[in-house]
Amino acid sequence: MSHAVLDIVGLRCERDDRELFADFDLRLAAAEAMQLRGPNGAGKTTLLRCIAGMHPEYEGSIRLLGAPVSGERLLFVGHRPGISGLLSAADNLRWHLDLAGWRGAGTVVSAALDRVGLCGYDEVPCQQLSAGQQRRVALARLALPTAEVPLWLLDEPFTALDDAGLELISGLMAERLAGDGAILFTTHQPAPELPGLGTRWIGAAA
Amino acid sequence: MMASAADERSLWVLFRGQLRRDLKLAFGQPSELANPLAFFVVVITLFPLGVSPEPGVLAGMAPGVLWIAALLATLLGLEALFRRDRDDGTLEQMVLRAQPLYLPVVARMLAHWTVTGLPLTLLAPLLGGMLNLAPEARLPLMLGLALGTPVLVLLGGVGAALTVGLRAGGVLLALLVLPLFVPVLILGVSAAELASSGLPPSGPLLWLAAGASFAITTVPFAIAAALRIGVEVG
Amino acid sequence: MKYIPDGLRRLWHRMGSPRWFFETTGSWVPWLGGAAALLIAVGTVWGLAFAPPDYLQGDSFRIIYIHVPAAYLAQAGYILMAVCGVILLVWRMKLADMVMTAVAPIGAAFTFLALATGSIWGKPTWGTYWIWDARITSVLILLFLYLGIIGLRRAIERPEAAGRACAILAIVGVINIPIIKYSVDWWMTLHQPATFSITAAPAMPPIMWVPLLLNVLGFNLLFAVAVIQGTRTEVLVRERRTRWVNDLCLRETA
Repeated sequence: MSHAVLDIVGLRCERDDRELFADFDLRLAAAEAMQLRGPNGAGKTTLLRCIAGMHPEYEGSIRLLGAPVSGERLLFVGHRPGISGLLSAADNLRWHLDLAGWRGAGTVVSAALDRVGLCGYDEVPCQQLSAGQQRRVALARLALPTAEVPLWLLDEPFTALDDAGLELISGLMAERLAGDGAILFTTHQPAPELPGLGTRWIGAAA
Repeated sequence: MMASAADERSLWVLFRGQLRRDLKLAFGQPSELANPLAFFVVVITLFPLGVSPEPGVLAGMAPGVLWIAALLATLLGLEALFRRDRDDGTLEQMVLRAQPLYLPVVARMLAHWTVTGLPLTLLAPLLGGMLNLAPEARLPLMLGLALGTPVLVLLGGVGAALTVGLRAGGVLLALLVLPLFVPVLILGVSAAELASSGLPPSGPLLWLAAGASFAITTVPFAIAAALRIGVEVG
Repeated sequence: MKYIPDGLRRLWHRMGSPRWFFETTGSWVPWLGGAAALLIAVGTVWGLAFAPPDYLQGDSFRIIYIHVPAAYLAQAGYILMAVCGVILLVWRMKLADMVMTAVAPIGAAFTFLALATGSIWGKPTWGTYWIWDARITSVLILLFLYLGIIGLRRAIERPEAAGRACAILAIVGVINIPIIKYSVDWWMTLHQPATFSITAAPAMPPIMWVPLLLNVLGFNLLFAVAVIQGTRTEVLVRERRTRWVNDLCLRETA
């Protein structure tokens, strides 16, 4: 375990002609979680997208377990749910399993939906669910076996969730940390109780 | 050796999963499936009304009219090809997670062709009959469409992927892809025209087959590269 | 890249620097521009006033002194864009994107010039300004391809994304250009077997082709100057927030 899970050195990144980061360093070890905080527009989402490889205009180095970042070793939950409203929750999750090339039994899908409190909603098209329930479907990905990757990047995961939902998701996050994963997330809500949680402010100094 | 067999199965899972999802989405929206077809039929109907109902005149222009209508119907379906996936974030998950991206892209295009190019191909002989197309030209017309519409869908897919995040995507998409459609149009129309004048249509059909194999193997890479840019935009 | 000698690799990297390009090419522009003007002036005056009329087409053939170089550069420009596109996608060289940005409108302008002169030539030759001749049709489609690239670049706000998107489109386009050209040629032979074409004319005497050669060279230089100037502008726009551009502006305004 000599490598940090995530190691960002000297990141410089701009968006729309505005410099968001300069000389930004961040290190995240296994079983560590970090909450990114900062005002709107500080670049929290851009940072997550940089790490995920969806914002290539940066300078500096971002390494995942000592290697260049590759999509199959991280899990990204963004503002957009990654869930198709026309398909059922189960179909959506099955597609997420297929994307990762997962070959095990399909029963894990209903197990994951159970975990996020959506038991019995398997076959309902997602657009008929409430906003909070849709959020839960999106976050049910965290309970799939394909979520057992070194790094989670969660962008505002708690939006639209009720207290029970928040509890469920924090539980999933704690499990991942116990499994030696690392989590980098943003939220404007009070952070849940997690072991090894750190906080990093960005954009506040300016 | 075990590992490589397992990898192969993963790749198959990836391809099949995407295909299953996209077909489910397509057949879950019957109107989207029917609209390009209805458009195809309506455009064909306009020609006898706008040009001439004379059987001889119609027969002469039938191959061109059918092909241009098929081309426009394909174009019509392209705009929405990746847009919904982009808006709900499934596109960024696909780009991020799929290794290699080539496979789900091929599956996506195959699914799209199944609901656009294939029905157009099957419907074409019927509409050819309505336009008084020579009976011996109907099979070459169908074969031409069967080989040509995959190329149209793939080239169109590049345009759709390049314009996926853009506000004024629709018109730009037409400008980007219609010039690229020219060879397919020419070859497809010639096959039908040669056949209706009693000549063997095999030349243009073989060229179309060559073009289709080339496009199927190479164009998905361009689509994948364009999609990577598409998810960056926002 | 491992087997490329160090010196070459360093040269390649230096060439990739927009600043290096800007500072090196500054002194070239007047020379290239002057040479272009001289060559085009001599070639055009010679071609229009002193070359003998063609035995078949009379004086109308003289438009080839503009048409041929323009048509050739129209195609070369697109190929140049595709080459820049490959360099951008493979080596991520920003300068290639800037060149590509500069070439698009210039190439489109040359394509339009080729179309316009072709159509003017068509009037005395075919009795109409527009005919669906294979070559002219191909050039028209080439113009559409250029307009697509320009439209795509304008539609994408972030220049880096626009550059890579245009690179993909240019590469797909350049593979299609010969296919389009041959399919259109073949189409025309099916539909109008005997069109009059310049290539069918007998070999030209030197007094006719030397001015053409001068104009081809001159147009090449003109194209190069336009692309260099366009790229220099693009370099300044894209690097406007770097220190060297700011220093340059201070020096220029002081």
